[in-house]
Amino acid sequence: MGDSDKAKLDADFSELYRAHLKDVYSYAYYRVGNHHDAEDLTEQTFLQAYRHYERAVAESEGRPLRPWLIRIAHNLAANLYRDRSRKPQTPIEDTDTLRTTHTTEDLVEGRDELARILEGVKELPDDRREALIMRFALGMDNREIARAMGKTDGATKVLLHRAIKQLEEIVATRQSG
Amino acid sequence: MNETFGDFEGLLRRALAPVEPPEQLSLRLESTLTELTELAQDELESWELSTMRDPRNWVRPVAAAAIGTTAGAALVLLRVRQQHRRRASKASGPIDLAERTLHAVADETRKILDR
Repeated sequence: MGDSDKAKLDADFSELYRAHLKDVYSYAYYRVGNHHDAEDLTEQTFLQAYRHYERAVAESEGRPLRPWLIRIAHNLAANLYRDRSRKPQTPIEDTDTLRTTHTTEDLVEGRDELARILEGVKELPDDRREALIMRFALGMDNREIARAMGKTDGATKVLLHRAIKQLEEIVATRQSG
Repeated sequence: MNETFGDFEGLLRRALAPVEPPEQLSLRLESTLTELTELAQDELESWELSTMRDPRNWVRPVAAAAIGTTAGAALVLLRVRQQHRRRASKASGPIDLAERTLHAVADETRKILDR
């Protein structure tokens, strides 16, 4: 690869980084539950992505690379938990999350409801929680989520449906209890 | 299955609002990525100017240029950058530093290729 190809690849990677930093950070934050680990995970994700970018571009055949980035973050997060041999050390702090990620209007309108939903999300199995994060925090469609999770489109559709159904039940139980 | 889930979907979207990354993270990451892309070029140029006249030295810049354009480049450069201060303290001058840097690049490349 010549210097101009390398420069083009670096420029493209910078663009990818700028376009998806918020996506990767949002995923990392909801996945690990605290800002400190989310920063580490985001940093490692982009370093790993830079190492393999040339191959990923070649293999993507023009498809968007966001699912590939999120898959890297997903694998790194799984390694993080395996190394620590347990779930997140700091669970998602509902109060902190609501304060740092929501508008005042949101908080006035339905703070309790949003907090109940976040609590419920934590109780979901990992794959259901991840699918919801990708769908609602990152706005990914079924196909993108399927690529990020290594599932078929059909399996992803079912996964999302079950995740939402289970979450609704959890929230309803909490509300009535 | 319908793609929408009524009011509950809207609530879920609000509960899982995107999180803005901290500013210091963006700055740190941009600086790291910039260093990774510029490091090989700067250090290679300095070393090549001083040694390319001697054919015995040609193999090293060729090897270094090769790893500068492959998938392992970031890892090699990251490791080489991490050891930069130690090399600088031992070097007798800029050319010596550049030569030590190329040795480090070659060593790190070998380690990766040997894996």
